[in-house]
Amino acid sequence: MSKEPVAVVGIGQTKHVAARHDVSIAGLVREAAARALADAELTWADIDAVVIGKAPDFFEGVMMPELYLADALGAVGKPMLRVHTAGSVGGSTALVASNLVAARVHRTVLTLAFEKQSESNAMWGLSLPVPFQQPLLAGAGGFFAPHVRAYMRRTGAPDTVGSLVAYKDRRNALKNPYAHLHEHDLTLEKVQASPMLWDPIRYSETCPSSDGACAMILTDRAGAARSPKPAAWVHGGAMRSEPTLFAGKDFVSPQAGKDCAADVYRQAGITDPRREIDAVEMYVPFSWYEPMWLENLGFAEEGEGWKLTEAGVTELDGDLPVNPSGGVLSTNPIGASGMIRFAEAALQVRGQAGEHQVPGARRAMGHAYGGGSQFFAMWLVGAQEPTS
Amino acid sequence: MSRYAREVAVVAFAQSDHLRRTDELSEVEMVMPVLHQVLAATGLKAAEIGFTCSGSSDYLAGRAFSFTMTLDGVGAWPPISESHVEMDGAWALYEAWVKIQTGEADTALVYSYGKSSPGSVRDVLTRQLDPYYVAPLWPDSVALAALQAQALIDAGETDESALAAVGTRSRADAEANPHAQLRGPVPQGDYQVRPLRTGDCPPVGDGAAAVVLAAGDLARRLCERPAWITGIDHRIEAHSLGLRDLTDSPSTRLAAEHAGVFEAPVDTAELHAPFSSQEVVLRKALGLTDGVAVNPSGGALAANPMMAAGLIRIGEAAARIHRGASSRAVAHATSGPCLQQNLVAVLEGDAR
Repeated sequence: MSKEPVAVVGIGQTKHVAARHDVSIAGLVREAAARALADAELTWADIDAVVIGKAPDFFEGVMMPELYLADALGAVGKPMLRVHTAGSVGGSTALVASNLVAARVHRTVLTLAFEKQSESNAMWGLSLPVPFQQPLLAGAGGFFAPHVRAYMRRTGAPDTVGSLVAYKDRRNALKNPYAHLHEHDLTLEKVQASPMLWDPIRYSETCPSSDGACAMILTDRAGAARSPKPAAWVHGGAMRSEPTLFAGKDFVSPQAGKDCAADVYRQAGITDPRREIDAVEMYVPFSWYEPMWLENLGFAEEGEGWKLTEAGVTELDGDLPVNPSGGVLSTNPIGASGMIRFAEAALQVRGQAGEHQVPGARRAMGHAYGGGSQFFAMWLVGAQEPTS
Repeated sequence: MSRYAREVAVVAFAQSDHLRRTDELSEVEMVMPVLHQVLAATGLKAAEIGFTCSGSSDYLAGRAFSFTMTLDGVGAWPPISESHVEMDGAWALYEAWVKIQTGEADTALVYSYGKSSPGSVRDVLTRQLDPYYVAPLWPDSVALAALQAQALIDAGETDESALAAVGTRSRADAEANPHAQLRGPVPQGDYQVRPLRTGDCPPVGDGAAAVVLAAGDLARRLCERPAWITGIDHRIEAHSLGLRDLTDSPSTRLAAEHAGVFEAPVDTAELHAPFSSQEVVLRKALGLTDGVAVNPSGGALAANPMMAAGLIRIGEAAARIHRGASSRAVAHATSGPCLQQNLVAVLEGDAR
C-alpha cells in the first residue's frame, strides 16, 4: 500500500504576547485558524476534520476544551480529535492530522495548537502535589538544570555557550513579527548579566510565558495542486516516547530523541542531516538545549554540539540556521510551541518566512519534546513533493 | 470487505474490575494488569507493538501531565512510537486505527483509564463547560442529563417507567459481567435530579481497559475470530445546549452513516449511554430495532469509568464477536455534556 503525500498549504499564527486580554480562548484559536484558511485561500467548508492540541488543561482551567471550542473552529458536524503529549503536543498534533491525510481518511484537515497562559498560572498548574507520585518540582527549569550541568561536565563546553544561543534567538525574533519577545536593546553582555535562576540557567536563557495559537491546513496531492501558494511537503514524521525516570535513562541525550530523528531521516532519505537540511526549528526552552539537541538529532558528533553554536554555524546566516524564527526562547505558548516549530519549518521551505527567511531553504526540520525529555515529535518538510 | 486501505481488527480486549473506590492503587497499578492481560492474549510484547495510544484526563487525576507516569506501566523501553489523546480511549483507538491505515504500523496497543473516586466527578465535569458563561454556574452532569431526559419526556419519546426499564435491563444483563460495578437488581431509587432517579444514572467508579489492534493476516494469526473494524467515524456538535435539539443526536447519525452502520443489520449494540434517557436518543439515531441486543454487558449504567467507558464499549462488542455471539455489532462512545461528541464503529466477524 502507498501513503497519500501530505502538503502544508496554509499557516496562521497569532501575535504571541504575555496576555491577550482582548480575546477569549475561542477568539484566540479562531484568529489563528482564520489566518491559516486565508493563507490557503480556503473556507471553513473546505475542512473535513479538526485536530487540536494543547498542554495541560490546568493551564487554563478548562477540562477538555475541544468541546467548548468546537463551534469556534468550525468543527460542528465534523470529526474533532484532541491530542495531549506534554510539551511535544504541538508537533504530535500536526502528525496526527498529517496521518489522517496520509491514510486517505480525510482530504483536508485543520490542525491547531494553543495556550492562553494568562488565563491561569502555569507554575501552579505544573505543581499540584499528588501523594506517592514523583513531583515535577516547581516549574520546568528546576528539572532541566541538572541535565544541562551534566552536559557541560560531559563535553567540557565553556559556560558562555548558553548565552550565545539566547542572544542569537532573541535577535532572530526581531525579524519575526509574530514573536512574543522583541528585545531591541538586548546585548550579549545583558544576557550574561541577567539573574541566575537555576544554575547554570540565567533569566535571559529561559522562555517566556505566552498567549498564542498556531494553525496549519494539511491536504492531499489534489489539494496541493489547487493551492495558490507553494506547498511544504511532509517527507517524514515520527513520534517516540520513553519512561520519565529510570536508571538507564540518558537525560542529556535521550534514546527516544535519537530514534525519532533516525526514523524521520529514514523516511525522508536523509543520510547526512548536517549537509542535507537547510534550516532547523528546534524546541529550545532553555538555551543550552540547542547544543544538546544538535548532538541528539545527529547534526553534530557527541560532545561537539556546542562547537557548532560557538562557531556561528546555527546563526541565521550560518550554514545550519537553528530557530530563525526566534524559537521557544522568544515565544512560548506551551501547547502551541511544538506546532510553531513545525509551521516555521514549513514556512521556510515555502519561501514565506519573510525577514527571517533562510535563502533557498529546500528542506527544513521541525522538532518538539516534552515531559522529562520523554516525548519527541519531529517532521521534515521539503519544497518538492516526495518521490517515494 | 473494507472501505479502507487496510483491514484492521480488534484482536484482544481486557478490562479491570470497575470499583467505587481504588484508594490503594495508583493509576499505574490500575493500568498495568490490564496491559499485561491484553498483551498476553496476543503473545505480543510491548516492544513488538507498532504504535501505542492512550486516553485519559488530567482533571480526573488532579494533576498536569498525569499520563506521563502511566506510560511507565507500558514499559516504554526501548523507546516506543506512542501518542495520547485527552479523550475517552475510543478516540485513542481511532488515532491508532488511522496510524495502521497509513501503513506505518501493523499492530497497536490502545489503553485508557480513569479514577473518579478522588473527587466529586459531578463537580469536576462542570469544568468541561464554556469557561466564561456556563462553568462559573457549576451546572453538574446529572442536572444537564436531566434536562435532556425531561425534553425527551415532553416530546413524548419516553416516560419514567420506560427509563426505569432501561436501568433494570442493564443491571440484569450486568449480572453475567464479572467486571461490572453494579450487578443484579438495583432499586430505581429516589430522584437525583427530576426526572432522573438513581437507577437512571451511572455509578461513579474507577477502571481501566485495553485493546490490541492488528492488520490483515497478522490479525488472523493473533486471533481465532478477529473483530474487523469495517467502519469507524466520529462527529462533534455545538457545545451550547441551547443550540441543540436534545432529543436527537445528529452527530451519532452522521458518524453511523460514515461508518456504514445502515448498510446491513446489526445484532449487537454497545452504547455509551451513561444515563438511561441517552439510550433512548441513541437507539433512535442508530435506527436500532427491538431484535438488537443493546448493552448485553450492562453498559455504562453498570460501570462507567470515565475515559475508559467508551473504549470498553468497543472492547465488549469485539469480545462478543471473538466468542461468536455476534456477527455484526455497532459500538458507540460519547464525550461532552448531553452526547455532544460521538464515535461509532462497526465490528464484524468472518463467517464461520
